[in-house]
Amino acid sequence: MTFLEIHDVHKSYGEHEVLRGVSLEVAKHEVVCLIGASGSGKSTLLRCINALEPIQSGEIRVAGDVVSGLGVDVNRLRRNVGMVFQSYNLFPHMSVLRNVTLAPVRVGGRSRAEAEEQALALLDRVGMKDKAGAYPDALSGGQQQRVAIVRALASDPQVLLLDEITAALDPELVGDVLAIVRELAQDGLTMLLATHEMGFARDVASQVCFLHEGRILERGTPAQIFEDPQEDRTRQFLARVLASGRL
Amino acid sequence: MTSGAQTEEVAARPTPPQRVLPTAVVALLVAVLCALAAGLALWSLHRMLEPPAGVDALLVALALVALLPLVPAVRAFGDDRRRARHLAAGRLAPARHEAASGREHAHTAMGYALAVLVCAGLVWFTTANDGAITTTFLRWEFLRSSFANVLDAFWINVEVAVGAQLLVLVVGLVVAVMRLLPGRAGRPLRWLAIAYVDTFRAIPSIITLYLVGFGLKLAQVPFFKDLSPVWLAIIALTLTYSSYVAEVYRAGIESIHPSQWAASRSLGLSYGMTLRTVIVPQAVRRIVPPLLNDFIGLQKDTALIGVMGVTDAFAQSRLTASNVFNLTPVIVVAVLFVLITIPQARYVDRLLAKEQIRTGRS
Repeated sequence: MTFLEIHDVHKSYGEHEVLRGVSLEVAKHEVVCLIGASGSGKSTLLRCINALEPIQSGEIRVAGDVVSGLGVDVNRLRRNVGMVFQSYNLFPHMSVLRNVTLAPVRVGGRSRAEAEEQALALLDRVGMKDKAGAYPDALSGGQQQRVAIVRALASDPQVLLLDEITAALDPELVGDVLAIVRELAQDGLTMLLATHEMGFARDVASQVCFLHEGRILERGTPAQIFEDPQEDRTRQFLARVLASGRL
Repeated sequence: MTSGAQTEEVAARPTPPQRVLPTAVVALLVAVLCALAAGLALWSLHRMLEPPAGVDALLVALALVALLPLVPAVRAFGDDRRRARHLAAGRLAPARHEAASGREHAHTAMGYALAVLVCAGLVWFTTANDGAITTTFLRWEFLRSSFANVLDAFWINVEVAVGAQLLVLVVGLVVAVMRLLPGRAGRPLRWLAIAYVDTFRAIPSIITLYLVGFGLKLAQVPFFKDLSPVWLAIIALTLTYSSYVAEVYRAGIESIHPSQWAASRSLGLSYGMTLRTVIVPQAVRRIVPPLLNDFIGLQKDTALIGVMGVTDAFAQSRLTASNVFNLTPVIVVAVLFVLITIPQARYVDRLLAKEQIRTGRS
């Protein structure tokens, strides 16, 4: 059953067209990896799904409900669609625990005690329980990103959007963060991730999409994309990634 | 090949030290001249005060302090002698070391000597014209007699300042948020906010005080006509300073990275909630230093409320000053303003330091 439907989405910043007709269906429990060069539209697509960016034409549906265009309750949509950013974007003036409980308490209407209990359980899962009282600036990048994932999970989203979440991390910290994502995938969380970690994409993705100049140029299972790409552009891109030693 | 040989040659023969003697001579001359100037100034102070023995001893001590820059100046000569000795024995590196130390001593001597000269100038200024300046500004008996009066009146300044500051914190934020309202719906309010800031930031606060203080009463404006002058002063200063502080708030809010908005909105928080819980709390932490600036400005402007007929510390001091034909009471007010400002500055420093430690920011 299709859970997330993206149909012919166009998005431009002024004259510059970033998405030129993207269509994609994601079923529940699926993990979709978006790959492609910088500027190919991966991040923009994720931001459009979350309604952080308005789209010019096309349609986005989550669980059968249209979530693009006017009149959509974006705050309600975002409770179902979590997002994790490349630069973590934790709130520096709040402790880890407050970062995680902010949305459940303010938006989800839970009691603080209940939210904190749930937050501590989630933090424990990613090995960050003992840092609950710490402030983001006192944490390493990997720790901050783990907290950011927990913050997104605390609202019980039905789909999680991950925007190059390891791109800003030191190489030795990438593994910890990816391990968490892998675990979430095994638990059956629906995820859409823009990533440069090709090895990881090959492991966890059920579907890989290669974006080029605002279009999904090629899409298929990891085996199809990584072992037998049909498009020249895909082959060139993968060859460049291979040359840089990241596959 | 040739370049390699050159490098070797340079490495084998370090550059010889520069001479120190000219600098040392200049330093000694400057130190002596400044000490002489200080001596003259202190002598003139002694003649003016005709002080008892205790104060005289203090003056002698000050004269000795004025001689202190001579110490490094003399040391510079010693360094120069050692430099010459090392150089004669072919020990270039120790010679360079002594030369550097000598120059440092000479520069220190000149720095301190010039500071002595500035202080001597100030002392001379206060004793000029047979101490007329001191007797005009600083007479102990007037200081004592006016202090209680002026201090009493100063509470009105404090009252007005604190009242206006509390209101400014709120009004300034409201105006800043109005100015940042998004979309077509927010446009008229944005314009109003801009118009308000443009107007009241431009009007001199003394004029606003005058107009509010007399105008509202004259026009018999309901509610406002019954307010006490102190409240009218608070309102006038709030009008002026909210326009400054609104701009400070706006700068603070706009300085928060858009990714914080994105993160908060992506969690499902609304625009208003994001502003309240994520953006403004961070902005406020950043704007504390410029906010203190505006608050000190506001405190100082409470000295203007005399124009609306309130007897504040400055008005009171002028009254006393014209009675005794001496400006000492006015100095008392000036000192009081300084005294209340310093603790605030230190408090803000401590606040920021604590915040940095708490959030782990370096």
